[in-house]
Amino acid sequence: MKLSGGEILIHALEEEGVEYIFGYPGGAVLHIYDALFRHDNIQHILVRHEQGATHAADGYARATGKPGVVLVTSGPGATNAVTGIATAFMDSIPMVIITGQVSSKLIGTDAFQEVDCVGVTRPVVKHNFLVNDVTKLAETVKKAFYVAQTGRPGPVVVDVTKDATDPNIKVPYIYPKKVEMRSYNPTLVGHPGQIRKAVDLLLKAKRPMIYYGGGVVLGEASAELTELARLLGYPVTGTLMGLGAYPATDEQFVGMLGMHGTYEANMGMHHCDVLFAVGARFDDRITGEISSFCPHAEIIHIDIDPASISKNVRVDVPIVGHVKKVLTDMLEMVRETDNRGEAAVFALDSWWSQIDKWRSVKSLEYDRSSDLIKPQYVIEKLWEVTKGDAYITSDVGQHQMFVAQYYKFDKPRRWINSGGLGTMGFGLPAAMGVKLAFPEADVACVTGEGSIQMCLQELSTCLQYDAPVKIINLNNGYLGMVRQWQEFSYNSRYSHSYVDALPNFSKLAESYGHIGMKVDKLSDVEPALKEAFAQKDRLVFLDLLVDPSENVYPMIENGKGHHEMRVRPGQESIS
Amino acid sequence: MSRHIISILLENESGALSRVAGLFSARGYNIESLTVATTHDPTLSRMTVVTAGSDEVIEQITKQLNKLVDVVRLTDLTESSHIERELMMVKLKATGDYREEIKRLSDIFRGKIIDVTESSYIVELTGDSGKLDAFIQSVDESVILEVVRSGVTGISRGEKSLKF
Ligand SMILES: Cc1ncc(C[n+]2csc(CCOP(=O)(O)OP(=O)(O)O)c2C)c(N)n1
Ligand SMILES: [Mg+2]
Repeated sequence: MKLSGGEILIHALEEEGVEYIFGYPGGAVLHIYDALFRHDNIQHILVRHEQGATHAADGYARATGKPGVVLVTSGPGATNAVTGIATAFMDSIPMVIITGQVSSKLIGTDAFQEVDCVGVTRPVVKHNFLVNDVTKLAETVKKAFYVAQTGRPGPVVVDVTKDATDPNIKVPYIYPKKVEMRSYNPTLVGHPGQIRKAVDLLLKAKRPMIYYGGGVVLGEASAELTELARLLGYPVTGTLMGLGAYPATDEQFVGMLGMHGTYEANMGMHHCDVLFAVGARFDDRITGEISSFCPHAEIIHIDIDPASISKNVRVDVPIVGHVKKVLTDMLEMVRETDNRGEAAVFALDSWWSQIDKWRSVKSLEYDRSSDLIKPQYVIEKLWEVTKGDAYITSDVGQHQMFVAQYYKFDKPRRWINSGGLGTMGFGLPAAMGVKLAFPEADVACVTGEGSIQMCLQELSTCLQYDAPVKIINLNNGYLGMVRQWQEFSYNSRYSHSYVDALPNFSKLAESYGHIGMKVDKLSDVEPALKEAFAQKDRLVFLDLLVDPSENVYPMIENGKGHHEMRVRPGQESIS
Repeated sequence: MSRHIISILLENESGALSRVAGLFSARGYNIESLTVATTHDPTLSRMTVVTAGSDEVIEQITKQLNKLVDVVRLTDLTESSHIERELMMVKLKATGDYREEIKRLSDIFRGKIIDVTESSYIVELTGDSGKLDAFIQSVDESVILEVVRSGVTGISRGEKSLKF
């Protein structure tokens, strides 16, 4: 079979089982778009901004585990996509981004819409390729999908020159079945000796903590983690990226840890004697002040990326491997060799009673007597109304932390947010990507009046392609997270964190063809949420006017350790 | 902080060099020198990077380099017995008494004078970086017109080799 470059690309995407391409056309990709014309097997979603395309593909990837696919033109198309590529990179999300490039003979001439895409994206991709020869196209696409999905996943950019997709140049097409790259061989199986050491250490722990991260979601190891944790009976805490991989409603779950984690999770970290880190990367939002991090603990760390191990925190028992495989091996070993006796049971019981004391501080309690709509209350109700089973995306700010704290995710891939890069504007396009993947599921984007305006244009895309998501706008009139830091650290000098001249969001949503609802009374919150979710086929924009002065508690301030949390307003750190 | 010589085999592809160089600048690692050329296998380049850092930093550098998709294999030469070489050419003002003096110094350092004019010499020297530094320090600064150094390359001793 002889095909042009444009046709090869589309065939290759089909071979990879791609359902959706999120894209935006332009000069350098017109040949490719022509090959897509009236194509039935892959649906193209025409976004309204290339950033939206990347976030939508990213949301699709996070919810399904399959790589998200983006197609944009050269120059501004590619640069508009950069924020979304970086967002996926920081959270290790598999994506393949195809960018058009000017014809190879024009490269380097400052041609119209020329940008060195491989150079611009290099620091924010797992890998990237420039293809200027049509005969290399199929093989490169195969490599791109392979690299994006294996090892520690990540976005891969394929920059394709316009002449490589010329419809008049047809070459024989065979899509390779397999790729081998001598320079790329991710380690999958954990070292048995290290696994033995880890199990021994775990079984003799007196004050153990299990700390898991997004790696458990990406590695589909939720069931194995849950089983192992239950078998051991140890307390479990999760990172922002891991939420859902261990059921939040389970008794052994002590909540999220880190900057806005629960008191019991952070105190548990500070006092534990064995820390079992699973697919987590010791990010600074998690560790707090590194010099006071887990001062009493021996640390076991499973990660697929050797470079994540001992990067920020020195670990005692590193295990490089695929988290699902390693946990499976550990489970087997624990079952065979668990010889914990009475003394161990006693130690674990007293550790749990210590944890229960910390729990009784109720660090997530908030003022329930206020007449104002508390954002925490909205999330609690959202959880109830959706029976804890919705896909929730978010933007970045206080609202994001409130979801992480109050929406109890019991399943992986339900909580979709930009944790690593912290990209405002992520939520709406990501929700659209999720809804397209799961049209029957409840999908909500929890956002703020600041963030939603960063990719608002995708409301239009949601109408065109029928993605009836629910937008829960926790409208506090402030760039709330910024305002909170200014309150705490800058003596309440609210420098440019107040958003004046806000649009009437519900009318705005209506003008895009959706339903808009404004809620300013506490008693209207629950009925409004119910009504929004009852409108199965319509996008509903709920604009909730929430308490403008609410802050996210508890909190570890900069330079403080896990044991120095500020639990409630007006209260200094307690230890 | 200690000095390390890291030898890298990488795919001979456009962009591979900038991935390595970019990694060092993006992560704030220090580069003393970097050399690269194609090997006898034209699909592979061999790069030598001289860097300095604590043990933790060096460990991160090697892990991060290994993570680059274009890197096929690498080794830290300084971990075992190895040979280090650098080429230097120095253009010196050579008039009056200095003509003799430079000739003498160049002999002591086993250098070669490879260009001669009425007023200048070019001395070529090969050795480890310490030897080249020592030569520079031994000549009077006022006579140095130009110095060019290739950067360090190196190879491990014995049969052990970095190959694919
Ligand atoms: C693109 C981008 N720009 C700036 C920031 C810094 N930032 C973090 S949170 C925040 C405020 C967000 O305000 P809003 O969306 O209203 O959420 P709130 O905190 O009020 O819930 C800002 C500006 C960011 N994370 N992303
Ligand atoms: Mg706000």
